[in-house]
Amino acid sequence: MEKTILSGNEAIARGAYEAGVGVASAYPGTPSTEILENIIRYPSIDASWAPNEKVALEVGIGASFGGVRALVTMKHVGVNVAADPLFTLSYSGVRGGLVLVVADDPELHSSQNEQDSRHYARFAKVPMFEPSDSEEARLFTRLAFEASERFDTPVMLRTTTRISHSKSIVHPDDNVLKPAKADLHRDPAKFVMLPGNARKRHYFVEQRLKDMAQWSCEQDFNRIEEGSDKVGVITSGIAYQHAKEVLPEASVLKLGLIHPLPKDLIRQFAKRFETLYVIEELDPFIEEQVRAMGFAVHGKDKLSVCGELTPGRVAEGILGQPIPHAFEHKEELPQRPPNMCPGCPHRGVFHALNRLKAYVTGDIGCYTLGFMPPLSAMDTCICMGASIGNASGLARVLSEEQRQQVVGVIGDSTFLHTGVNGLMEMVYNDAAATVIILDNSTTGMTGRQDHPGTGYKLKGDTAHKVDLVGLCRSIGVEHVHVIDPYEMDATRDLIKREMARPAVSVIITQRPCMLHKRDILEKRPPLFVDADKCTACKACLSLGCPAIKWNPKGGAKGLAEVDKMLCVGCGVCQQVCKFGAFGVCDE
Amino acid sequence: MSNGVQNILLVGVGGQGTLLASEILSEVLMLSGYDVKKAEVHGMAQRGGSVVSHVRFGSKVYSPIIPEGQADILFGFELLETYRYLPLLKKDGQVVVNDFEIAPPGVALGKQEYPADIAAHIKETFPRSCVVEGIVLAKEAGNMRTVNTVLLGSLSTMMDIDQGLWYQALTNMVPQRFLEENIRAFELGRQAQRSRSD
Ligand code: SF4
Ligand code: SF4
Repeated sequence: MEKTILSGNEAIARGAYEAGVGVASAYPGTPSTEILENIIRYPSIDASWAPNEKVALEVGIGASFGGVRALVTMKHVGVNVAADPLFTLSYSGVRGGLVLVVADDPELHSSQNEQDSRHYARFAKVPMFEPSDSEEARLFTRLAFEASERFDTPVMLRTTTRISHSKSIVHPDDNVLKPAKADLHRDPAKFVMLPGNARKRHYFVEQRLKDMAQWSCEQDFNRIEEGSDKVGVITSGIAYQHAKEVLPEASVLKLGLIHPLPKDLIRQFAKRFETLYVIEELDPFIEEQVRAMGFAVHGKDKLSVCGELTPGRVAEGILGQPIPHAFEHKEELPQRPPNMCPGCPHRGVFHALNRLKAYVTGDIGCYTLGFMPPLSAMDTCICMGASIGNASGLARVLSEEQRQQVVGVIGDSTFLHTGVNGLMEMVYNDAAATVIILDNSTTGMTGRQDHPGTGYKLKGDTAHKVDLVGLCRSIGVEHVHVIDPYEMDATRDLIKREMARPAVSVIITQRPCMLHKRDILEKRPPLFVDADKCTACKACLSLGCPAIKWNPKGGAKGLAEVDKMLCVGCGVCQQVCKFGAFGVCDE
Repeated sequence: MSNGVQNILLVGVGGQGTLLASEILSEVLMLSGYDVKKAEVHGMAQRGGSVVSHVRFGSKVYSPIIPEGQADILFGFELLETYRYLPLLKKDGQVVVNDFEIAPPGVALGKQEYPADIAAHIKETFPRSCVVEGIVLAKEAGNMRTVNTVLLGSLSTMMDIDQGLWYQALTNMVPQRFLEENIRAFELGRQAQRSRSD
């Protein structure tokens, strides 16, 4: 195939196709999401969303035990969820190759922490490849499947945001393997990890790491680029690119397999240089191991553990070159954070929670933006699915009066991910709190993916749709209410009533996401502000709708204005305005 | 310019089509035989946030990220965002900016002011810059949504790339039914820039 420009994620999808992958499973998570969205271009692959990362990995394991190559993808925090099966899979090993792609997010572009997944590879004793551009992402995906079968191990492929979402030129390989045919293969000594079996497999796991480290020393995915005989650099992944940019003269050992490390190769390389740098993003993962081998190296003494590397940061840290600026701002510029869309069904709910002075335990999704002013209605946010468990814990320790303020808020996809487990706990242990499931019929934040509650699958075909009301009832929630969040008064009254209830209650707000990819949104004409009626009270501004703008020069005391291009006519502002200043444009 | 690598930084507000423009730009650079890398952050699906895309090209590009203070061209879809990223531009860099304001939340809420005279500030510091009336020209081309193609037209006059390859890139990246108006938009952007430099 002709050369083409692909993102790292697209290139991984292509590599998986070339490697004859038969099954792919994932839960969406930035920056890993587009791998599965691109894999559906290859109909030979059975690709699907799982309700969470643990299930995704378990699906992959099943396919692998059936003899088929399986790809599982997630973001770094997803590995925390999938860690349980991962650690045991390391012992059992695989049958068909199994590759787990994990996308880290240095600089927290859209994550709640910055964890370095390389520690998981070491902790779970699983090998890990790390590509440094899209072409390597394609190539290493193929290699990872070969290594997985050859060494009977799951293999991790680590990317970072700047690999996943950067584009560079790729040369696809026309030599494409066909997915293997599945069959049942009984091998309980390998697949049943009871203590007696697992104990034996542990010896195998340790030997496997030694064998792989030795093998890695002779593979060309690790390469030395000869340069200066004074300065040597050990690096991998995106850090390699920054290092080449900033230190074009240095000799570089670029590692493709970063766990287990090719120690002999590193030793031969490291002993040649007076000055040795390890340039890597996040933790001193390679640095500490090289130091433990007895070499003096520079690394995190010059580069930060926090945030991503850039060529500028590397130049500043390693060479001590300050970052040049032809222009510097003297004044502070207005920030432009992301905002919920005009007409977002969540906006009114957070407005109500703010007015009711609720203590909101929040969760991960677009609705985390309920934290931002002017809505300012979120008090905690820890991880996917934690809102309900957090609310449950709080409800148990607070006084009756304060308990009534606790409201757990969660999206539909997140509820099915792991929130449902928290709700079971809440009912089981009688923690009287209110839970709001913001059901917008999609996974909004990662870009509108389907899940078991939408009635559709990854490839667009229809599916059984989980009935959220029935599900909550079956768990044992007696008080389940459904409401249209565009009806502001009714929504607020309902929340108020349920907050006061000394029992678990669930409110499901139902309205599709504004960016819903299916044509299910009703078209409504935009609104306008009647200048004669607007009293400049600014109540509408408390919604933070991007379509409403304050014009300080309008009217006598200023005037609210609606941007017709942005307004979708949800009518929420109309309900907040006490003076009836919002009218509907006739179209 | 490091190792002969050229750097173009594209900035705008989520929903403005900044990313599509950087796709088209990367495509034309690849068609011209360059090594190209493009990096951006598109995590959250919500609109309205600040969007930045780095495009780098040359015979061999390493890092996908433009080193601070080394952007050759800053290509902006909105005034404030363009202003925000000026520090990344190198000393004799150029700006192509759409003459268009979108109020950030603080301004929309009446708590902050939108900085005044941004276009003038830009021209003062980077005299080779140009301001393009993107919306006006896009309307002239027949569709408001072709603003980013108008701007690409203006940008094309600053780059030494065969015009035919631009058309080829547009053909590859723009859906067939919008192609004609996009070509028109591209032409208008190109002419506007030309007449200015004459
Ligand atoms: S993408 Fe959907 S859920 Fe997210 S802010 Fe927009 S409307 Fe709301
Ligand atoms: S109707 Fe009001 S709240 Fe809804 S999108 Fe339009 S301006 Fe925003």
